[in-house]
Amino acid sequence: MAYQIRIKRQSAPDTKSYWQEFSYDGSADASVAAVLNELNGRMPLTDAFGNPAKPISWECGCMVRKCGACAMRINGVPRLACSVFLNTLKGTTVTLEPLSKFPLVKDLVVDRSILFENMKKIELWLKSDAYLAEYTHEARYQSARCLMCGCCLEVCPNFSAEGSFAGAIAPVNVYRILNEEQDHSHREELSAKYKAAFFDGCGKSLSCQDICPAHIPVEELTVRSNAAAIWRR
Amino acid sequence: MKKKIVIIGAGLAGLSAALQTSENGNKVVLVSAYPSERAQSVMAEGGINAALNTKGEDDSPEQHYADTIHAACGLADENAVWNLTHAAPELVRWLHRIGVQFNTSGIDEPDLRNFGGQKKKRTAFAQSDTGKQIMTALIDAAREQEENGAVKRLSHHDFVTLLMEDAACCGCVVRDRYSGERLTLSADAVIIATGGMHGLFGDTTGSLFNTGTVTAELFRLGVPMANLEMIQYHPTTVPIGGKRMLISEAARGEGGRLFAMRDGKPWYFMEEKYPELGNLMPRDITAREIWTVRQQSEVFLDMTGLAPDVYEKKLSGLAEDCRVYLGEDIRKEPISVSPGIHYFMGGIRVDAQHRTGVQNLYAAGECCALYHGANRLGGNSLLGALYGGRVAAQTACAEAESASKRAVSIQPSNAVLPCEPQDKAELNRILLHALGVVRSGDTMQDALTQIAGMHGSLPLLGQAVLKSALARNESRGAHWRSDYPQRNDAEFHKTTAAYYDGQTVHISWDAVPERR
Repeated sequence: MAYQIRIKRQSAPDTKSYWQEFSYDGSADASVAAVLNELNGRMPLTDAFGNPAKPISWECGCMVRKCGACAMRINGVPRLACSVFLNTLKGTTVTLEPLSKFPLVKDLVVDRSILFENMKKIELWLKSDAYLAEYTHEARYQSARCLMCGCCLEVCPNFSAEGSFAGAIAPVNVYRILNEEQDHSHREELSAKYKAAFFDGCGKSLSCQDICPAHIPVEELTVRSNAAAIWRR
Repeated sequence: MKKKIVIIGAGLAGLSAALQTSENGNKVVLVSAYPSERAQSVMAEGGINAALNTKGEDDSPEQHYADTIHAACGLADENAVWNLTHAAPELVRWLHRIGVQFNTSGIDEPDLRNFGGQKKKRTAFAQSDTGKQIMTALIDAAREQEENGAVKRLSHHDFVTLLMEDAACCGCVVRDRYSGERLTLSADAVIIATGGMHGLFGDTTGSLFNTGTVTAELFRLGVPMANLEMIQYHPTTVPIGGKRMLISEAARGEGGRLFAMRDGKPWYFMEEKYPELGNLMPRDITAREIWTVRQQSEVFLDMTGLAPDVYEKKLSGLAEDCRVYLGEDIRKEPISVSPGIHYFMGGIRVDAQHRTGVQNLYAAGECCALYHGANRLGGNSLLGALYGGRVAAQTACAEAESASKRAVSIQPSNAVLPCEPQDKAELNRILLHALGVVRSGDTMQDALTQIAGMHGSLPLLGQAVLKSALARNESRGAHWRSDYPQRNDAEFHKTTAAYYDGQTVHISWDAVPERR
C-alpha cells in the first residue's frame, strides 16, 4: 500500500515550523512507529519530491505501549505511534504533529517535564506503608499503569503547560496513594493539593475519557479520587 | 560530609541505587536520557523471584540459590548469588509495603507463579506487567526524595564520558538532549545503571532507548567487561515493526505449551524431552530446542487451554498485546514463536560489591555482569536490578571518595561518535547473524573482518563481543558453538574478560570467584 506521511517539522523551539511529506510504500498493518523507524533508516532520507531531508526527531522506546514515549498527534488525535496502524486510519494520507500543549523541542519531540513537576507538587508519594485493601486492588493496579504520556492532557480544554491545573493524570495517579496512605496528615495534605491542582480546575468536559492509550478507566479513577479527597468517602 | 553520587540511568537499578543513597544520607544526581517511566524496566512482564515459601512447597533461599547457580552454568559469582537470593524475600516484602500492586493470595501475601528453571512456585507478579508496577512504586518513593532535595534529577541528559583523575573516576560529562549543552558533574562516585547492549543488535525485545552507547564508551575508556558472549535469547518472541515483542514466560508458567506439527499431529517436544520441567526448562535450553525444531518446521505456543480467569487476573495484558500487535486471539489459536535476543548476562565487570575495574565507578542492573553467569533465570532480572542497585549504592556510600576535591577542569575533547549513522544497520545485521542461538567460529571470524573498518565505540564493543565468543571454544549456557558442541570445564570454567588498551581489544580469562 502507498501512503503519504505528512510531518510537521521544526528544527528548534525558536525557528519556524514547516510541513514535509514522505512516501511510504509497505505493509498496511505497519504501525506509525514502524513507518517512522523505516523512514529514519533510509540512507539518505528524501521527501516525497526527492529533496534531501534531515532524520525525523521523535521518541520511541518499547514499541508496545508500555513506555509512553511516542505520543503525538496522529491525524489530529493524540495517540501512541506504536499502537496506531495504517490500515485503521481513514485514507492514505497520515498527518503527524507534535503534541501541542507542551513546549516544542524538535520535530515530534516535546518537553513533558511539567507533567512530572505537577506530580511532585501534589505530593504523590506514600509516607506510610501501603494499606492494601483487597476490594480496591483492581483500581489501584489501573492507577499504577499510567504511562505519563500526556495524551489526556493534550485533549483537555483546561490544561496548559503554563497553568497550575494538572489534568487527568492527577486523579488517575492520586487514587492509589489516597487509598493506601495511612499517615493521616499526609493524606489531608494530599487531598488539599489534589483539590487545588485538579478538582477546582476541572471543567468536567470529560474530554479525557476514551483517549488513554493504555485504556486506563480515567473516569472511574476520577470519581474515586474525588470521592476520597473531596467527599471524604 | 555528605557524599555526592551521580547515577547514570533511572530504570529499576538506578532508582534502587538512588533510594539507597538517599537513605544513607547522601546526595544523588540521577541522570537519564528519558524519564523513569520510559525505562526498559517497565517492559519486564513475568515477575520477580523470591523464596517466600508461602505455597507449602518447602521452598528456601538455598534452593533459589541452587537453581540460579545451576542455570548460570558455573559462571555466576556464587557469593553474590548467595547474597541476592537470601535478600530476595525481604526485598519483595518491602516492595509490597511501598505499594507494588502484586497479585495476592490469602489475605495479604504476594501470589507466586511457576517460572522457567525452577521447580517451586517462587515468582511474585503483578498480572503480566510486573516491571511497570514495581517502577511506579519506586518512582513514587523517589519523588519524595526529589522534593526534599536528596535526589536531583537530570532527565533528558545523555552520558558523554567519564572524568578521570589519575586512575580514579571523579565524575562525568553529560549532555542536555534538548539544548545540546554539556555539563560537567564532579562526584565522589558514579554508578552506571544503563541497561543492556540492545543497540548493538537492534532486533531485540529490549527498548530502543537501550543503545549500549554508555557501555561502549566505558569500554573505549578501558573499563573491563566480562562474559560479553553470554546473550540470552528468550524462547518465545514475535517480530513486530523492526524489533521483537516478548511473549512472557508467564504464559508457559500458567500452562502454555510449545509444540510443532509432526505427521499431522501436534508434537509437544519440550514435554517429551524434558518430562520434569517440560515447557519451563531454563531459557538457554528452551531457546535452543525451539531453534533446532524450527530448522524443520514452525513452532507454536498454545495458550488455548488456560482458564478464562487466568487471562483476566494473571495475564490481562498479554492477550490484548497479541490482539493488537499480531491480530490473533491467543485464547482461541496457538501463535508462531521464535527465539529473540532479550537480555545480556555479560557487560561491565563488577565484583560482588558492584565495584568496576575503576576506582569510584560502580555498575548495577543489566549493564553489569554478575548474578546470571552464562544464562539467567526468568524472574531474576528485576531482582538483580533492585538488589544490585542497593549494593552498588551501599558500597559507593561507604568507600567512594573522589581522588581529589580540587575543582575538576578536565575538558574531554576526544569523545567519539558511538557509530557512524550509515554503519549502524549494517553493524546490527552482522552481529545478529554471527551471534545467533547457535554460533560457529567461521561466521564470527567473518563478522569480525566485516566490522573491522567501522569507526566508533559501538563497533569496538561489537568486536569485543565477537572476540569473547570466538575465544570460548566450547558450548555453555547461552553460548552454543556448532564447532565446539561440548562444555569444557577444564579449559573454560572461567570468566571471559575483555579489555581495550586504546589500540587493541584483549581477551583474557579470570577464575570465577570461589564461594567463601
